Amino acid sequence: MSPAGGQSENKKLMVEGLWRNNPIFKQVLGICSTLAVTNLVLNTVVMCVALVFTLSLSAATVSVLRKLTPRNIRMMVETLIIAFYVIIVDVLLKAYWPEMSTKLGPYVGLIITNCIVMGRCEAYGNSNPPGRAFVDGLFNALGYSFVLLIIAVFRELLGMGTLLGVPMPYFSTSWDKWIIMVMPPGAFFMLGVLTWIFKSIQIGKEQQTP
Amino acid sequence: MNVGAEIWQAFVVCISAVFTQNILLTYFLGLCPFLGVSREIKSAFGLGLAVTFVLTCTCGLNWLVYHLVLEELHLEFFRFIIFIIIIAAFVQFVEMVIERYSPALYQRLGIFLPLITVNCAILGGSLFMVIRDYGFIVSIGYGLGSGIGWFLAIIAMAGIRQRLKNERIPRGLQGPGITLIIAGLMALAFIGFAGVLQR
Repeated sequence: MSPAGGQSENKKLMVEGLWRNNPIFKQVLGICSTLAVTNLVLNTVVMCVALVFTLSLSAATVSVLRKLTPRNIRMMVETLIIAFYVIIVDVLLKAYWPEMSTKLGPYVGLIITNCIVMGRCEAYGNSNPPGRAFVDGLFNALGYSFVLLIIAVFRELLGMGTLLGVPMPYFSTSWDKWIIMVMPPGAFFMLGVLTWIFKSIQIGKEQQTP
Repeated sequence: MNVGAEIWQAFVVCISAVFTQNILLTYFLGLCPFLGVSREIKSAFGLGLAVTFVLTCTCGLNWLVYHLVLEELHLEFFRFIIFIIIIAAFVQFVEMVIERYSPALYQRLGIFLPLITVNCAILGGSLFMVIRDYGFIVSIGYGLGSGIGWFLAIIAMAGIRQRLKNERIPRGLQGPGITLIIAGLMALAFIGFAGVLQR
């Protein structure tokens, strides 16, 4: 493959992962483990970094090992690879940022069962070279992260009047705080509304280009 | 702690896991199958049953392995891998037993069992039980309660979605959008249970 071809391929993967085939909007996968921490922006950022790390590296590893893995046990092998990276994240967090580790509770460990990680390993990592699998994993994870960050920003701002713990000028004083936003239903509503907006945009585009 | 008090605590934990701290509506665990398999009551029922059963048993099993093996060997950080292997092995085992002894049940539950291995609620239940330092009986109570809570939520959602099938919903909101908003309303309703138990 020529370098130019590689670049356009990477660009395609980028658009697919970030927008057109965005894991959350299009596939509604893997929200379980992360939606719970979106009530604070800081927690979300940490969680997303952990996810980007795990997804891109495990997709690449699955891809490196793809010819060596027998087909009938490949799900198990993929799970173990993912668990390996999640343990690294967990141990690092515990060692260097114990408060954050306590706050995130079981959710770091739950990245293992995050369907999006397994889904990308299975759908892309399994049949493509490591470099491309890494790029695909990276952009899918970033596409996933940016949606969660939008949710987190709205939830923290409307629910508590702060961003990253810093009080915001209007929202912390005269804004009547929507406590419901920091509670679990707020996450469901935010995600529901965001999927609605995204889908409407896509439908509009389809109608423009029949 | 004597056994009577522990059983009472297990009961309280179980009830609170069903209502006030529903694993799906407050902790967002098991959301993928919740959105995917809640179109019909029948399949939701089968999946719910399977999840309840597996969650109860794996909570107990994982408690034993964690406290009797991993803690002794100081390998706590290994728990993710061990838990997921136990869950996968257990699901496989249940699948084989059901297939052998009750083909009728296998027909109904068979397709859901493999899905359960990657259901975050199962692993989440085990991880929560470790973090909150529950005893053995309490852990089983917690697993049972979480399973029933999940079951209740997916059945309710399937019932609502079946009724919505013929309603006119804006195109962009169809599918996951409307399901998430209903889930939000359900979570809101479940918050109402918060006063039932004092934690």
